Amino acid sequence: MNGGMSRRRLITTGLAAAAGLSGMAVAARLARKYGLVPPDGGGPYGAGTTLTYAAQRVLTRHTLAREFPRGMISKRPFANGAPPTFEEFTKLQAGGFSDWRLEVNGMVSNPGSFSLPDLRSLPPRSQVTQVVCEEGWSYIAEWIGTPLSLILQTAGILPQARFVVYYSIEKGMWDSLDMADALHPQTLVTYGFNGGDLPVRFGGPLRIRVPRQLAYKSVKYLTRLTVTDDLRNFGKGLGSASAEEGYSWCPGI
Amino acid sequence: MADPASSTDGNAPASEPLTEPPAPPLPRHTLTVRITHWVAALSALALLVTGIELVISHPRFYWGEEGNVNTSTLFSLPIPSSRGSVPTGYSYVLPDQNGWSRALHFQTAWVVVPTGLWYLLSSLLSGHLLKDLLPSRAGLSPKALFRTALDHLLFRPVRREPAYNPLQRISYLVVVFVAFPFMIWTGLAMSPSATSLLPFLATALGGHQSARTLHFLDTIFLVLFVAAHVVMVFRTGFRRQLAGMIGGGSKEEG
Ligand code: HEM
Ligand code: HEM
Repeated sequence: MNGGMSRRRLITTGLAAAAGLSGMAVAARLARKYGLVPPDGGGPYGAGTTLTYAAQRVLTRHTLAREFPRGMISKRPFANGAPPTFEEFTKLQAGGFSDWRLEVNGMVSNPGSFSLPDLRSLPPRSQVTQVVCEEGWSYIAEWIGTPLSLILQTAGILPQARFVVYYSIEKGMWDSLDMADALHPQTLVTYGFNGGDLPVRFGGPLRIRVPRQLAYKSVKYLTRLTVTDDLRNFGKGLGSASAEEGYSWCPGI
Repeated sequence: MADPASSTDGNAPASEPLTEPPAPPLPRHTLTVRITHWVAALSALALLVTGIELVISHPRFYWGEEGNVNTSTLFSLPIPSSRGSVPTGYSYVLPDQNGWSRALHFQTAWVVVPTGLWYLLSSLLSGHLLKDLLPSRAGLSPKALFRTALDHLLFRPVRREPAYNPLQRISYLVVVFVAFPFMIWTGLAMSPSATSLLPFLATALGGHQSARTLHFLDTIFLVLFVAAHVVMVFRTGFRRQLAGMIGGGSKEEG
């Protein structure tokens, strides 16, 4: 190769790089427009986090998490962490959770709350899916509950809703879903587990289940749903308590 | 800058004194090979460091779909863990680094996958793959393979085919076409979101935990490859080889 060739090559490479950079700027604008940028899409790993989220929104908006035959339900599921011991919880537990309420507020036309019997009176759904923890372990279980979409419909979700924020009775435990995941048919508010009631160790009486994402997204001891169009007013605006600790808001991997 | 002391060849970079017998010319590598090689090597380092952080949160491995501290392991690593819930035999728990480690691991995956595709496509189109990486029929004969292996083992200079020797070609092909792609496959097979789109990513491997175990074993394989690779780079002249892989080697056509 002679010098002229490599100079021409350098110019082409430079042009390609410039085109690439402006392409990226356009892509960033389009991504924002089509809701492909997650609330935790900033910082040193923001590019990767955004690509991972955008890929999921483009490729897996409607796909279903793998389901398993009942025969594969784990005989040894692992309940991570100990049940709450604070009084607010133990009092409710002593009363058989008859006073447990799931409050629904924010951008809904009928804010209010559901008791456990209220939820059980809605058509149930069940799924045998794998709980995959970010630590590396997993187990297969059957989850029974009410589709979140049905609860949102019942509460009259408004068209401008973009996220559903959810809270545990445990202080500081909160998370949120975009509408694709909130309305996904496998996203359940569960009260049943392997044919029986959901044990307290596994998040009973009420746990949200988001089977296409890592298990920390499936918050235990659910007490409140807040529908919103903007996550910036919640905590540090990153969409979840775990995102504030550096854990991805949309952990599909 | 004119340096009268090194007025040898206009093109040859002033390198080590020629103590060894006839110094072979610098190995030549195209710009694409050089860029993609170093991006891949740096990525592998980032993936390895973050991967080690990830593995200590659960240094137990299983086969099949599920596995947790209540089930039996395929094997476990005799190391402490960053989670108190894992029985390790150590009395202490390491700090949890999984948040940023996962973020960097996957961000690096986003870098290494396009880089690998760029390398593959360009190597295919430029003929590099067929010419320099695919071993020749003669090089693949048992006799030639045996002799190349023996040369390596006896620390004798290895008779090269043009570019790389046959064993080197085979190990590069295995890394490029098997080990790296399998890393990506097994990595994606651990994603509940990816398997919602492509369930066979996990089922074809025997399940979620099999994928995790294979991801780990493939990591070991890659680490062994890099160790052998770097040893060979040292043995064949570290500075000369690095100069070739960074600067592109001598300008004349070989
Ligand atoms: C995961 C890390 C690495 C991988 C996967 C890797 C892979 C490869 C491959 C596939 C080639 C052949 C390139 C081609 O011609 O298409 C190559 C060549 C080379 N690599 Fe690496 N490499 C890695 C790390 C390193 C490191 C750490 C060093 C140096 C310390 C290094 C030094 C070299 C050199 C000098 C060559 C050229 C060899 C020659 O011309 O004979 N590599 N590597
Ligand atoms: C596209 C490429 C890759 C993807 C998608 C990927 C994905 C993953 C995932 C999801 C984990 C977490 C496993 C767990 O929860 O325990 C992981 C762990 C790990 N990764 Fe990767 N990975 C990729 C490439 C690599 C590469 C190239 C290396 C090494 C050179 C690597 C080394 C590791 C290690 C050592 C672990 C910890 C072992 C384990 O927990 O099984 N990864 N990777």
